[in-house]
Amino acid sequence: MAGTLAEKVWEAHLVRQGTDGAPDLLYIDLHLVHEVTSPQAFEGLRLAGRPVRRPDLTIATEDHNTPTLDIDLPIADPTSRTQIDTLRNNAAEFGVRLHSLGDADQGIVHQVGPQLGLTMPGLTVVCGDSHTSTHGAFGALAFGIGTSEVEHVLATQTLPLAPFKTMAITVNGDLPPGTTSKDIILAIIAKIGTGGGQGYVLEYRGEAIRRLSMEARMTICNMSIEAGARAGMIAPDETTFEYLKGRPHAPEGEDWDAAVEYWRTLRSDDDAEFDTEVVLEAADLEPFVTWGTNPGQGLPLSASVPVPAEIADEGERVAAERSLEYMGLEAGTPLRDIAVDTVFIGSCTNGRIEDLRSVAKVLQGRTKADGVRVLVVPASARVRLQAEAEGLDVVFKDFGAEWRNAGCSMCLGMNPDQLQPGERAASTSNRNFEGRQGKGGRTHLVSPLVAAATAVRGTLSSVADLDLGEDIDLTTFDGSPLAPLTAPSFV
Amino acid sequence: MEKILTHTGVGVPLRRSNVDTDQIIPAVYLKRVTRTGFEDALFAAWRGDESFVLNQDAYRNGSVLVAGPDFGTGSSREHAVWALKDYGFRVVLASRFADIFRGNSGKQGLVAGVVAPDDIELLWKILETKPGTEVTVDLEQRTVHADDVTVPFQIDDYTRWRLMEGLDDIGLTLQHEDDISAYEQSRSSWRPTTLPAKHLPKVEIEPARPVS
Repeated sequence: MAGTLAEKVWEAHLVRQGTDGAPDLLYIDLHLVHEVTSPQAFEGLRLAGRPVRRPDLTIATEDHNTPTLDIDLPIADPTSRTQIDTLRNNAAEFGVRLHSLGDADQGIVHQVGPQLGLTMPGLTVVCGDSHTSTHGAFGALAFGIGTSEVEHVLATQTLPLAPFKTMAITVNGDLPPGTTSKDIILAIIAKIGTGGGQGYVLEYRGEAIRRLSMEARMTICNMSIEAGARAGMIAPDETTFEYLKGRPHAPEGEDWDAAVEYWRTLRSDDDAEFDTEVVLEAADLEPFVTWGTNPGQGLPLSASVPVPAEIADEGERVAAERSLEYMGLEAGTPLRDIAVDTVFIGSCTNGRIEDLRSVAKVLQGRTKADGVRVLVVPASARVRLQAEAEGLDVVFKDFGAEWRNAGCSMCLGMNPDQLQPGERAASTSNRNFEGRQGKGGRTHLVSPLVAAATAVRGTLSSVADLDLGEDIDLTTFDGSPLAPLTAPSFV
Repeated sequence: MEKILTHTGVGVPLRRSNVDTDQIIPAVYLKRVTRTGFEDALFAAWRGDESFVLNQDAYRNGSVLVAGPDFGTGSSREHAVWALKDYGFRVVLASRFADIFRGNSGKQGLVAGVVAPDDIELLWKILETKPGTEVTVDLEQRTVHADDVTVPFQIDDYTRWRLMEGLDDIGLTLQHEDDISAYEQSRSSWRPTTLPAKHLPKVEIEPARPVS
């Protein structure tokens, strides 16, 4: 029978088929662990006297709580310090590999997996974090789990799972200059809604997706969860193989050949049936920004803040009214007129080297708008090293931005990087919920290019609003590496 | 997880309906990194009230909670079940439970038995007129016995079997360990392992400092 990509990966991991409505038991290839959702899981193992079944399929890193300044000093916040200390003790006790603060492979768990070459096509990947969907960009079936499930995977390397539905999202054509994969996913979420993906595994396909680099694909899959989906996937291709080859844990020799041969079969069959299909034209896209307090409340930058009275659906109207009140926005205000206090560039959505390169291209030779704080936080310590090797840190500092250590940082403000009440941010992260980036903080989700242009002008802007030189080719921002790597590659 | 065939312990009458999980354990306790030690958090808002049932000597060591309808509504936090178990409860009886709470209970070895409203009233009267009365809950017979009264309770077959076998989700899965091991034998060699760790060269990282 013809199958979709997701179904093929599912079937390849069946340990036991569920009968009489019982869930299937699936094998988990890679379990990523961080300090926030793991303590009770390890405690549960300890209480039951169970070991970690496969420490060799498990890897931990510190990211959610880690400070991005003074990482050599004790962590000031006691809760954060306790969670990190607990992870260190648990990793030592159970024999789990841990990349701690200060280690070159420390960073956001969803960057660490790919950069080490552990994330690859055809795997099942889980983590106690909803943005685990990121790894689907490689053609892996990757999804977030709860603490009990973390314990279950630690103990058994399997998970009982109920079946999912499949949705194909086809993006045709070419992205216009100045738009990125972030704009694609924000447009998709605005189109299908924050609940539109519920119960589904999304598969992104079409020319526009094929042309994206690995990192740009990760941005799209990362935000699948913001559409309510269980996972997002992209079939692996030459771009995927090229990204993987030579990374520390990538297969070698005959293993590599066998893997690639298998990976080439990981695509939805031509006659595979999806439960739902959605089609977008890339050429219609513009830089997208959110105006409200959920990722589905987004519009093209050229639009204005919506007028709630004009929204027909009562639920959406009430939600819009509430969002505007929280966001401190007047209905009808052009989005381009919205001034920000902070620009945050980072997170598992857009804190990778390509993101930093594209931002640096825009910021080079400019200075930041008065009164705007600009925070640049690489997704991992390796990304930081790579950026420094390429001199990007100098560009950021000359511009007036703060260059930080790696971590989740202001994406969720579990560390000291937070918005103050009433502060407004243009953020390359993934959630604009009330209070997400700090109590009372107001978040506009944007692409790295929009974040950069906004940092220059102080109001929500696209690169088209800047007088960029002819030598900057915006069409390649989401393509293969922007510039030939003259510096040594750490990433 | 411990097997439970029958359980006998002091019954605690909780004459309240719609006890949601925020009442069972307030959110402020969720920051902890442990899985045990939540006994002080159970019904934290009510424990300050001297007249609260658990503050009375006769009920202090109770292990069978007899509650009003719609017990365990609200947030899905697993901590609610942990708090009840840590305090010493093994059984909660009510005429109706929230689905998620009931599911969480079964997974964590707490018996959530559904008892008819009239029978709950009967049990309450016994426990209130004779504080400290022991209640026996028999999973095999699906009965609750207190004083001279025996009433039935409902629990689905699957959860009952799991409780009687002492199987949590992990225990259940580990019953299929042969299948898991067989699957592991068949995994292709290209699939990655995190150990032994492979690294790029160690590099020193300069800590970023605040901008002055």
